[in-house]
Amino acid sequence: MALAHVASSTSRSNLLRPISAIISPNLRRQLSTDDTRTLTIETSVPFTSHQCESPSRSVDTTPSELLSFFRDMATMRRMEIAADSLYKAKLIRGFCHLYDGQEAVAVGMESAITKKDSIITAYRDHCTFLGRGGTLLQVFSELMGRIDGCSKGKGGSMHFYKKDSGFYGGHGIVGAQVPLGCGLAFAQKYKKDGTVTFALYGDGAANQGQLFEALNISALWDLPAILVCENNHYGMGTAEWRAAKSPAYYKRGDYVPGLKVDGMDALAVKQACKFAKEHALKNGPIILEMDTYRYHGHSMSDPGSTYRTRDEISGVRQERDPIERVRKLILSHDLATEKELKDTEKEVRKLVDDAIAQAKESPMPEPHELFSNVYAKGYGVEAFGADRKEVRAVLP
Amino acid sequence: MATIVGAATALSASKSFDSRKLHLPSRGSLSVSERKGSFLVVRSDGSVVHKAHRAQKLITNAVATKADSSAASTASKPGHELLLFEALREGLEEEMDRDPTVCVMGEDVGHYGGSYKVTKGLATKYGDLRVLDTPIAENSFTGMGIGAAMTGLRPIVEGMNMGFLLLAFNQISNNCGMLHYTSGGQFKIPIVIRGPGGVGRQLGAEHSQRLESYFQSIPGIQMVACSTPYNAKGLMKAAIRSENPVILFEHVLLYNLKERIPDEEYVCSLEEAEMVRPGEHVTILTYSRMRYHVMQAAKTLVNKGYDPEVIDIRSLKPFDLHTIGNSVKKTHRVLIVEECMRTGGIGASLTAAITENFNDYLDAPIICLSSQDVPTPYAGTLEEWTVVQPAQIVTAVEQLCQ
Repeated sequence: MALAHVASSTSRSNLLRPISAIISPNLRRQLSTDDTRTLTIETSVPFTSHQCESPSRSVDTTPSELLSFFRDMATMRRMEIAADSLYKAKLIRGFCHLYDGQEAVAVGMESAITKKDSIITAYRDHCTFLGRGGTLLQVFSELMGRIDGCSKGKGGSMHFYKKDSGFYGGHGIVGAQVPLGCGLAFAQKYKKDGTVTFALYGDGAANQGQLFEALNISALWDLPAILVCENNHYGMGTAEWRAAKSPAYYKRGDYVPGLKVDGMDALAVKQACKFAKEHALKNGPIILEMDTYRYHGHSMSDPGSTYRTRDEISGVRQERDPIERVRKLILSHDLATEKELKDTEKEVRKLVDDAIAQAKESPMPEPHELFSNVYAKGYGVEAFGADRKEVRAVLP
Repeated sequence: MATIVGAATALSASKSFDSRKLHLPSRGSLSVSERKGSFLVVRSDGSVVHKAHRAQKLITNAVATKADSSAASTASKPGHELLLFEALREGLEEEMDRDPTVCVMGEDVGHYGGSYKVTKGLATKYGDLRVLDTPIAENSFTGMGIGAAMTGLRPIVEGMNMGFLLLAFNQISNNCGMLHYTSGGQFKIPIVIRGPGGVGRQLGAEHSQRLESYFQSIPGIQMVACSTPYNAKGLMKAAIRSENPVILFEHVLLYNLKERIPDEEYVCSLEEAEMVRPGEHVTILTYSRMRYHVMQAAKTLVNKGYDPEVIDIRSLKPFDLHTIGNSVKKTHRVLIVEECMRTGGIGASLTAAITENFNDYLDAPIICLSSQDVPTPYAGTLEEWTVVQPAQIVTAVEQLCQ
C-alpha cells in the first residue's frame, strides 16, 4: 500500500479507489479490521510545555480506535446539530450550549482514561456525557425535559450527570466546578484508588479566583487533579485577549506544570491526557490547555458572528475540523473506504433521529416529582404533592 | 405514636426514648433536668398531660433553673461534665472513629487545634489527611468539600466564623443545596458545614453576623442551631450521619457552657424542637443564645405569676411545626425571641409559617423580638441594644397576656 502514503488528501482517496477496486473486498476487509495492529501517528502540532517535559509527538493507536473516534465524533456532531434544530423548533428551551467543533477533546480524553476516573465540566456537557457512556435517548430526553433524561428532566441542558461512570456534571455557574473537581481528586486520594479527576473549564472561567484557590490547595495536598482549559478563544462574546492579560492558560498555574495541546486533534488529546494521568498520580496537579474551537455561538441565543467573522469560522472548519482529520487518517491508512465512512455517518444520523423520536414519546415528569429528591430519602421533610402532606423521617 | 429517636437499628448503644421510659425511676438522668427529658415531646396525648403535671411540680423550682439543676445533677448522676466545645469535639471524634469516611476541613483546624478548640487533638490522632488545614480560601475549600461529598466522603467544613462562609455562598447555594435535585437523585451531599456565628463581645460588625436568614431559602439543605452541650453533641452526630447537607450554627458566646451529658452514645433528631420548659400561658420560641435570655426572663415571669412554655426550636430548616403547633394549640399566644435580623430573619419565616398553619388557634398576634436591622456596633452599650434583652422579653409577654 505504498500509494497510501502519498501526501495530498483529496488525491489520496482518488488514487486508492482504483486499487481497492482491484483488491478483492474480502481481503480489504481483513486488512481494515485488523484491530490489534498498532499505528503510530505523529500529531500535526508539537506540544508546548511549562515546567514539565512534553510528551512525544508519536501517538500509538489502533485501527479500531480510529474508527471508533470517527464514529463517536460523528455521533456527537450529529447530536449537536439535531439539538440546534430542536431548539429552533422550541422543543428545547432555556440554555443550550453546543459543543460541535470541540468533539476531539471529549473523545480523545475518553480513550486515555477509564470509567473509574472522574470528569467534571461546565455547561457545555452534552458530548462529554455521551463520551462517558450516556445514551442519545438520555441526552434528548433531558434536553426536552422528559423523565427518561439522565437527570429525570429536572436538570436540563446544563445539568447532565452520570454517577456510575464518573461523570460529575454539568454545572451552570462559571468556574464553580473547578473546586468541586479538586474535591473529587481529594476523595480519590483519600480512598487511595489510583484514579484521577479531569476538571474541565473554559477560557472564560480561567480568570475565576476560585480556580487558583483550588489549584493552590491541590498543589499543596498533591491531589491527582488535572485541570483542562478548553480554550475556544471566546468567553461568550469576549475574545481571550480582551479578557486575560496572559492568554497562555497553561502557564498560569505558575508552580503547577502545564501543557498546551492541539485540541482539534483527537490523538494529541489522547496523548496529553495519558501523560497528564501519569503525571497527576505521581506529582500532583497539572494544567492542560486544549486549543479548540466552537462553530456555534456561545449558546443558541448567540449567533456567534457578532464578535468573530464567518471567514474565521469556515476557515477553522476547513483546516482543523476534528472529524475531517480522523477521516483523512482513516482513508490514508486504508482502514475503511469513503463509502463505509459515509455509511457510518448515515447510520449515526438514523440513530440520532430514532433517539429523538423516542425521546419525544417520553412523558413529562409527574407533578409530585416537583418535591422528590429535594432531600435524600429518610431525612428531612418529604412533601408529597401540592397539598404539602409531610412525612416525618426517623433517624436510623 | 411516640417519636423514637435513636431507635433500635444499627447502633446498639443509642438510646431509644420512649414516652413510657420517662417515668422509670432508673432513668435518673432524665427526671431531674427538664431540659433533657423534654426533647422527647411525643405525640400521644397521655404523655403531654404528664408533662403538664411535671411542669406544675417544677414551677417552684423554675426560679433557679440552671443553678438548681446543676447542683442536683452533680450529686449522684451518671454522665460526665464538659464544656460545649468539648461536647462538639466528642461528637466529632466518635463519628470519626465510627466512620472512616468522615474528615474535617477548615482553617487552622489541624495543627492549631481549631480557633475555638473544637478540633483540638484530632489532627494528631487521625493524621493530616482526615483533619485538613486549608488555606484561607472559603469558596474553594467549601467547593472541594462538596465535590468530595459527591463521591461518598463525609466532610465537615468548618468556617472560622459563619460570616466567612458568605464567600462560599455560591458553592453552598448552587452546588450543595441543588445537586441532589438537579442530578435526579444520583448524588447525595452528606456534608456538614458548621461554624460559630452570632453577636459576641464587641467583635465588630463583620464578625457578629447572624446568617441563618441568608441560608434559609436554599432548597435542599437542613439548618440546625445548637444551644447546650447535650444538643451540640447530639446534633453534631446527627448532622454527620445525615445524607443531606446540614448547616450547624453554633454561637461564639456559648462555647464555654458547662453541662453534664450522658456517657452512652446518643443522637438528637435534626428536625425536632426541644421543650425547655413546659407551660400554659404563652409559647416562647427561641434558639441558640437567646434561649438563655429567655430562661432568664422566665425567672422574672414566673415570679410575676406567668407560666411561659419555652421551646428551643433547634431545627431552623425545616421548622418543627408539629411541636410548635401542639404548643400553640395549648397556649394560644406566641412570642418569638431570636438573635437573627428583623428583616427576613428566621423569626419572620416562623411567624409566617405559624400564621399560615395555626391562625385559628391564636388569640393574639404573634410578637417577634429580633435583633435590630443594623450592623453590630463595637461600643458595648450599643451592642447590648442590638440584641434582645430579658427585660424586653418580659415586657413582650406581659403585653401578649393582657
